Amino acid sequence: MRIAFLFAAAFLASAVEMVEALTIVLAVGITRGWRSTLIGVGAAGVTLAAFVGALGPALTFVPINALRLVVGGLLLAFGLQWLKKAILRAAGYVPLHDEAGIYAHERAEAESAGREERAGLDWYSFTIAFKGVLLEGLEVAFIVISFAADRGGSVAISAGAAAAALLLVTTVGVLVRAPLSRVPENTLKFAVGLMLTTFGTFWGAEGAGVDWPGSDAAIPVVLGAYVLVSLALVQLLRRQRLAPAGT
Amino acid sequence: MRYVVAFGRFWWDFVVGDDWLVAAGLVVALGLTALVAHHAVAAWWLLPVAVVGLLVVAIRRALP
Repeated sequence: MRIAFLFAAAFLASAVEMVEALTIVLAVGITRGWRSTLIGVGAAGVTLAAFVGALGPALTFVPINALRLVVGGLLLAFGLQWLKKAILRAAGYVPLHDEAGIYAHERAEAESAGREERAGLDWYSFTIAFKGVLLEGLEVAFIVISFAADRGGSVAISAGAAAAALLLVTTVGVLVRAPLSRVPENTLKFAVGLMLTTFGTFWGAEGAGVDWPGSDAAIPVVLGAYVLVSLALVQLLRRQRLAPAGT
Repeated sequence: MRYVVAFGRFWWDFVVGDDWLVAAGLVVALGLTALVAHHAVAAWWLLPVAVVGLLVVAIRRALP
């Protein structure tokens, strides 16, 4: 069951980030041409794969408790950021991510940008696609690598999950040739935030020397508790936002 | 020098995000958990409670 959770966390995190990267890539590619854009995407993909390929195996040499403590802390830092934003969006305090709006903005920027050739490439298309994919993919790369804290081939499993999500989003993107604005991004981000926070808690505490009651069985219990607290916070914040001023 | 500062700022934003207090709280919570666990006291409940508390603090600080 733990492996299924790891797979789901890496798959969903990757899918969400790739939907955002796809919006940028589509806007630049459709507006300015595909050659330089796709070379930028490929260069970012190779950079991320090299990052995971180099750091993932190296982490297997770090003492397991120290690794779990650091990875737990990092996953908690990421998870709480995702969860906070998802709760604020669900409660209506922060607007939902608008892929169609971002797409229109990126297209306008791409149309107005000047044309500069470097190394035979349209430099604007290359750098925007490279930066978009690299920055959106970096957090996924960290999440994949951090699953080294689980040992037992979990980096390979989570890298496979991220690759599957990348393939799915790319296929859908090629088919529809438009930003995937109907993907329930905030629901996915909510789920990813909950999973990262749960794994961060589990490994962080283990790294600190805690023995969880029930061992792995504690993971769904912690997850369930965080789901309940998060949903209660959303309800509380919605009521607070809708309450007339002064009451 | 400008690149070093930009590099440091990027990683700070990436890991710590927009609320340093929550990141500092996480470090304290993990340290406290280690301290309690090493005195052979059941400490499994401490981190989840701290995480819920930090989530509430993070949301309160982010509200307009």
